[in-house]
Amino acid sequence: MANLTTDFIGIKSPNPFWLASAPPTDKEYNVRRAFEAGWGGVVWKTLGSEGPPVVNVNGPRYGAIWGADRRLLGLNNIELITDRPLEVNLREIKQVKRDYKDRALIISLMVPCDEESWRDILKRIEDTEADGVELNFGCPHGMAERGMGSAVGQVPEYIEMVTRWVKKYSRMPCIVKLTPNISDVRKPAEAAKRGGADAVSLINTINSITSVDLDDYAPEPMIDGKGTHGGYCGPAVKPIALNMVAEIARNPETHGLPISGIGGVTTWRDAAEFMTLGAGNVQVCTAAMTYGFKVVQEMISGLSDYMDRKEMTSTSELIGRAVPNVTDWQYLNLNYVAKAKINQDDCISCGRCYAACEDTSHQAIEMSDDRVFTVKDDECVACNLCVNVCPVEDCITMERVAPGKLDERTGAVVSEEYANWTTHPNNPGATCAAE
Amino acid sequence: MTESALTPGIVAGRMGADQYAANFSDLHPPLDHHEALVAADRCYFCHDAPCATACPTDIDIPLFIRQIATGTPDAAAKTILTQNIMGGMCARVCPTETLCEEVCVRETAEGKPVEIGNLQRYATDVLMAKDVHPFTRAAATGKRVAVVGAGPAGLSCAHRLAMLGHEVTVYDARAKAGGLNEFGIAAYKSAGDFAEKEVQWLLKIGGITIETGKALGMGLEMSQLQADFDAVFLGIGLGGVNALGVVGEDKDGVLDAVDFIAELRQSSDLSGLPVGRDVVVIGGGMTAVDAAVQAKLLGALNVSLVYRRGRDRMNASQFEQDLAASKGVRIITNASPVAVHGNGSVREIEFEYSDDDLTPTGQTFRLPADQVFKAIGQTLEGSNLPALEGRKIAVTETGRTSVSGVWAGGDCASGGDDLTVTAVAEGRDAAMDMHAQLMTAAG
Ligand SMILES: Cc1cc2nc3c(=O)[nH]c(=O)nc-3n(C[C@H](O)[C@H](O)[C@H](O)COP(=O)(O)OP(=O)(O)OC[C@H]3O[C@@H](n4cnc5c(N)ncnc54)[C@H](O)[C@@H]3O)c2cc1C
Ligand SMILES: Cc1cc2nc3c(=O)[nH]c(=O)nc-3n(C[C@H](O)[C@H](O)[C@H](O)COP(=O)(O)O)c2cc1C
Ligand code: SF4
Ligand code: SF4
Ligand code: SF4
Repeated sequence: MANLTTDFIGIKSPNPFWLASAPPTDKEYNVRRAFEAGWGGVVWKTLGSEGPPVVNVNGPRYGAIWGADRRLLGLNNIELITDRPLEVNLREIKQVKRDYKDRALIISLMVPCDEESWRDILKRIEDTEADGVELNFGCPHGMAERGMGSAVGQVPEYIEMVTRWVKKYSRMPCIVKLTPNISDVRKPAEAAKRGGADAVSLINTINSITSVDLDDYAPEPMIDGKGTHGGYCGPAVKPIALNMVAEIARNPETHGLPISGIGGVTTWRDAAEFMTLGAGNVQVCTAAMTYGFKVVQEMISGLSDYMDRKEMTSTSELIGRAVPNVTDWQYLNLNYVAKAKINQDDCISCGRCYAACEDTSHQAIEMSDDRVFTVKDDECVACNLCVNVCPVEDCITMERVAPGKLDERTGAVVSEEYANWTTHPNNPGATCAAE
Repeated sequence: MTESALTPGIVAGRMGADQYAANFSDLHPPLDHHEALVAADRCYFCHDAPCATACPTDIDIPLFIRQIATGTPDAAAKTILTQNIMGGMCARVCPTETLCEEVCVRETAEGKPVEIGNLQRYATDVLMAKDVHPFTRAAATGKRVAVVGAGPAGLSCAHRLAMLGHEVTVYDARAKAGGLNEFGIAAYKSAGDFAEKEVQWLLKIGGITIETGKALGMGLEMSQLQADFDAVFLGIGLGGVNALGVVGEDKDGVLDAVDFIAELRQSSDLSGLPVGRDVVVIGGGMTAVDAAVQAKLLGALNVSLVYRRGRDRMNASQFEQDLAASKGVRIITNASPVAVHGNGSVREIEFEYSDDDLTPTGQTFRLPADQVFKAIGQTLEGSNLPALEGRKIAVTETGRTSVSGVWAGGDCASGGDDLTVTAVAEGRDAAMDMHAQLMTAAG
């Protein structure tokens, strides 16, 4: 079994699976059970300032979308930060940390955007012996209306300013949690770095309306006939989160800045993908909310098996491994040619590939009278759509046409040379290689 | 209850009331809402779906399943009923294992087809429970059509004609409409009085008059129908039965399986229906299996189904054979009856083993029997019918017979399997052809 121990900005944990700041981490009773189940760390549910705690709605706070078999694919919520008194949370954090010294325990914070508020809260948490703080600049609903959460996270100058205050008043490692509700995620990441953040974590939830009640004409979750946008998370947001993590990892300004990857992590595979794109660890919320704390056990065994298979002995060998291979479109090799190939032994003749290819664009799949489906190499552009819609895994594969062989679609021999758009003759701005 | 399974002879009340109710409830219990959604989720929405191709009525199966999955079962039902007005009955009685579900790609993939039949039942049940009839009639054409036989072929034809604006009169020899839906289909496939309800629901289209107790050839004459109506459709099924042709066939207790089933289907109290302790059914088709299984469900102690060829040649599908076996019916193959023994009533029946080509082996055996049900095929009955092809009325693809202005479909007509769904398809297609011809003639 591979060693999954990770060291994230000096915070050690037995594995890279942390619970994200959310309801599963809102109280001692939960966090203890999460640690017992095997979670390597926990980011405690976001704490607010001293004083009367926030209140939550008393009607439904979650909305969802489902895939086949009612599998939860996306969840949205209109929950606020913790609604429990600060003293209670602090007492519990201290008790838990005392009993689980080998686990990471981070405190998530969100207080009004003034220096005094941040100084006060940092003082209050000082003697919990927590391992670090995470600044919640992400929450896109409710708190943002009060000038906190994503209202701060959307303004890089505020991020930098608040991060500076935190570093000024605390010696704890500081993670800045970013909102995805922004056009270029590199900007807030750069601001966090300038402010002195030790790491960024992302993504927080995405602004969303999951569905509309077609009898009452209001968004879900609906409270007394009205609804509001909520934060979207779960498997559906993973692709967005992966891209944002990769953008920060390959941005020269932030390259090397530790990242805690969040958003849709549901299996070991998701976690491994985040890590290859530069995440030093991952945080999980929806998967735990959906399946319970026990899911971490599959993540642990899966990642460990994978690392064994790859003969990796430390997670550091995995982290960032795919970053050099993330590039811009213009640098993709245009001389790489592939064709779809249908494995007739696996094909169940559903015809989905045919419908997809025929009605999308390329008409590259032939259907015989007895429902045998074959790819026409002279039409196939290798778009991959048939692979994506085929219900049988690995039934259709994309096979490279070797250099020197004929591409039946273009009638040209496939070149061995790497050539991209920057030098392509159709590109008006191309820098001609021959010049 | 004074009788039991062990009581010798042909007696009623072999079981308690609960047992009768349990034995004759739905073979496939209906899917509830949740089950339907789970089942519908499995459909891949295939292109040019093989299941739809396999359906004799060409129901757009992927479309109706998607309509169920998206929460619109009424729309799903309409998709089904547009092609097959008896989609409710077909959902219950179709041998899906040899039709749509046999070719479902998930049968290919995992050996577990999408539950097309059960989903079809779900959708049609939802709609019919609301007592909604989703079709309306076109403007009256002034044309009048006679339909002979109120089975699935005749009723399907009548419905389509009525929908297209024609006036239809349906004649049936029996006292009740429905054909074998009402008198033949196994009770556990069409539980409750579904057949009757479906006919009532179908007639809501309007423009159809049903005349029961009117038999063609017995007061109702072909020439008269041709004179009184603009077109005639024959959907008279197969009224006769084949005889065994062995010594002792006339003894008491030797019955046609279809009569036994008809009596069972019309019985309002199954505990009053007598059945033998030792029952032997002869035949290898659906009728034989239905008779054997229902005899067993009525409380018979020993039920044997004896078929003259090998198992693989039986007309009953694997599913039907397994069903019979699971109910405790003993299936004996490669044996032909040679004599019925007994003194007035049957006591034993003697068989001879034969090979697959029916060559006798000389080895015989006897089975004790209080009742023998013959299920070796039904035949067309009637005189003055249009030209035959083999033992059925010769028809074209669209049901035209040798006589101009006369169409035929269902079991009585050549081509197609003898199935409810095929009868529905043929009745519908004949109606479309009749309509085309009537309207051209009018134009
Ligand atoms: C016991 C049994 C079980 C079966 N089980 C199944 C099953 O599970 N699934 C399946 O798909 N199929 C099954 N079938 C076959 C199916 O029932 C028939 O294929 C179908 O009913 C044929 O329909 P039809 O309209 O052609 O004939 P029928 O249903 O036979 O209807 C013919 C109608 O015409 C009437 N008629 C006959 N002669 C005259 C006349 N001279 N004048 C006026 N009216 C007349 C009859 O009274 C009857 O109402 C079964 C058949 C039998 C016998
Ligand atoms: C109900 C709910 C409440 C949340 N509350 C917080 C919070 O208080 N602080 C915070 O930083 N993130 C909060 N989040 C965001 C999660 O920590 C996480 O960033 C997001 O759900 C994406 O991860 P996932 O796809 O694994 O769920 C919340 C998410 C949910 C579903
Ligand atoms: S890769 Fe694209 S173009 Fe080629 S066969 Fe598949 S769907 Fe058609
Ligand atoms: S989608 Fe896959 S299984 Fe279906 S026909 Fe195409 S190759 Fe075969
Ligand atoms: S073959 Fe099966 S999966 Fe395909 S459309 Fe028909 S029911 Fe659905």
